[in-house]
Amino acid sequence: MKTLLQDTFRPGLSLFVLLTLIAGVAYPLAVTGVVSALLPDEAAGSLIVRDGQPVGSRLIGQSFTDAKYFWGRPSATAPQPYNAAASGGSNQGPLNPALVDAVQARIAALKAADPDNALPIPADLVSASGSGLDPHISPAAAAYQLARVARVRGLDAQAVAALVEQNSEGRQWGFLGEARVNVLALNLALDALK
Amino acid sequence: MSDHAWLLLAAFLLVLFVAGKALAMYIVRVMDGRLRVCGAIERPLFRWCGIRAGEESGWLAYAAALLLFNLLGLLAVYALQRLQVFLPLNPQGFAGVSPDSALNTAISFVANTNWQGYGGETTMSYLTQMLGLTVQNFLSAATGIVVAIALIRGFVRHSAKTIGNAWVDLTRVTLFILLPLSFAIAIGLASQGVIQNFSAYKEVATLDTVHYVQPKLDAAGQPAVDAAGQALSDSVSTQTQTLAMGPVASQEAIKMLGTNGGGFFNANSAHPFENPTPLANFIEMLAIFLIPCALCFVFGEMVGDRRQGWAVLAAMTLLFVTLAVAAMSFEQQANPLLTALGVDPAGGNMEGKEARFGIADSALFAAITTAASCGAVNAMHDSFSPLGGMVPLVAMQLGEVVFGGTGTGLYGMLAFAVLAVFIAGLMVGRTPEYLGKKIEAHEMKMTSLAILVTPLLVLLGTAVAASVDAGRVGVANPGAHGFSEILYAFTSAANNNGSAFAGLSANTPFYNVMLGIAMWFGRFGVIVPVLAMAGSLAAKKRLTAGSGTLPTHGPLFVGLLVGVVLLVGLLNYIPALALGPIVEHLQLWVAR
Repeated sequence: MKTLLQDTFRPGLSLFVLLTLIAGVAYPLAVTGVVSALLPDEAAGSLIVRDGQPVGSRLIGQSFTDAKYFWGRPSATAPQPYNAAASGGSNQGPLNPALVDAVQARIAALKAADPDNALPIPADLVSASGSGLDPHISPAAAAYQLARVARVRGLDAQAVAALVEQNSEGRQWGFLGEARVNVLALNLALDALK
Repeated sequence: MSDHAWLLLAAFLLVLFVAGKALAMYIVRVMDGRLRVCGAIERPLFRWCGIRAGEESGWLAYAAALLLFNLLGLLAVYALQRLQVFLPLNPQGFAGVSPDSALNTAISFVANTNWQGYGGETTMSYLTQMLGLTVQNFLSAATGIVVAIALIRGFVRHSAKTIGNAWVDLTRVTLFILLPLSFAIAIGLASQGVIQNFSAYKEVATLDTVHYVQPKLDAAGQPAVDAAGQALSDSVSTQTQTLAMGPVASQEAIKMLGTNGGGFFNANSAHPFENPTPLANFIEMLAIFLIPCALCFVFGEMVGDRRQGWAVLAAMTLLFVTLAVAAMSFEQQANPLLTALGVDPAGGNMEGKEARFGIADSALFAAITTAASCGAVNAMHDSFSPLGGMVPLVAMQLGEVVFGGTGTGLYGMLAFAVLAVFIAGLMVGRTPEYLGKKIEAHEMKMTSLAILVTPLLVLLGTAVAASVDAGRVGVANPGAHGFSEILYAFTSAANNNGSAFAGLSANTPFYNVMLGIAMWFGRFGVIVPVLAMAGSLAAKKRLTAGSGTLPTHGPLFVGLLVGVVLLVGLLNYIPALALGPIVEHLQLWVAR
């Protein structure tokens, strides 16, 4: 028993403390040091500043329900949508009646804001994102809303389309992910037009 | 499946194999102690710890050392969670975690499962995340890797009493393999926008006003109800958004590289601060498979026959490609109930997925994270289509041997290889041998234990939870899908994956204890028999291959190995799958 303690416990405990300090203190601090020196903007959350005030992050979506804005993905966070302090999805299964009800209500809201729209309804515009904070919508979801936003704001549809284009990205490196439009950046650009 | 999906899968496998092969050469040298610079770093550390690096031990002492090391980790993570309210780096002032949740999380991170009953950004202080969870991300990954290395030594050595020095192995894996790789991955992820800071959560002013309904609380902080028992609520509007912050990049890197999977945030790798771009997503997917893939090459290199490593890798790749193609195809199909409402079916099943990843990059991630025992998610598996959601379930139920966890994948697959040569030996009436070692009664007992302990935990746990109120009350979705949620929870816990059909409310004493048991025994109930087998293999003499020896490097053996993995997995789980995802699929597509 004495030798077991000497041979196993002391080295084990010492090594555990040592590796805890290296992996749990030195490593995260070293990463913080390098990242805040080289990539200060990213390290702090890619914040967007307007008139000296932070108005959001390029990476975190916000809830939009006003017809003059492009709307983002539905968000299932609680209690409010796009709660960036408590992320999460709906976790509704495909047969869940609550999912069908929710999608029906989202379609109704889109139709109420734009009754004459005959375009097919893009799936991402009526289904909740995984994080509840998705900053993007598909190009189809932006195209679906373009006429409404232009009409409510009294803008030329082509001017709005140009802004959508400016705030769009294609697939990264040509083969990763999907083409997408940053909703917050687009709406900020729309507000800046005035 | 779209061209984009095929291209993504092909690019992923290509980069993986090249990187895995390069890393393997490095791992072999590090574990041998052949690198001079590593020697210079480790010698003073060993002296300080009282570790005699030249002394090796038998399997029993090796296993005892690992158990002790992991028990220390369990204590540390538990204590940090319970005491975090008194400790620094807690800008949000989070309270201590409840005892059952803290125990569940401690077991979860020690056992490389990283099942999460809690939401990270609403529960854990920065100190707990760093000093508890990040540390265990390293140490549990290292534990898996050293067990795999010890098992390989069992095949390589002959007439030997020892399988290595656990302290030396753990140190080398942590300091020279996991740390430098994590550092590089953390910087790469940060360049894409993963945050790394110690600030308090940030308030920003939103563009649009957000109107929402908030449940009313009574004086005791409980949900208030009116005379008829209906919950009361307030209509609220706000123009601010609170952004959760934290040292994410450093934790994210080892979360993927160590096949841990425990998210800094509740939404895990779906959260834009954990996984901001498709390139970050690609890096994360590669990081999950990198070490499991490299260890196949390490195996070939160490046993002195690279073809043996290629054979294991080929079996894993065949199974993986099947799973990945299935997931990507099923998720591209739109939900027919939503198509009936007028939703464009071209978008596929987007519920629970992020727009930047879309269908292919989300479904591929799901196949990777569950084929490996990672458990990070970039989309909510609970909202996958019935068969799309069955892919992650099946990937875990095969025993986490399709690449699997760091180390666990290789030693799990080698257990199946031993079973495969045993079955082949029975068919032709010869004593089975693998890599020059006779497979006898003791090895078969240990292999059977290692292979059967997880199905036992999964099926028993699911049966208990599905038959008691405490288990059924947590279910979020009605019908067959609710059963799938329970089956998924126990499958994930016992196989040390950690992903979830996350609708299940699992942060209850019942699930915290049941899943804690499944995680602990699913981990160490496999590690101990594997080490016992390593010890007995090392002690054996080496046989020279004769004309009657089954070659274990050709397509015949690869086919046999794949067949055995599928046979065991399917025989164990088909009845349970029939009650869950298969019924749900029929309800969705046929019964209407």
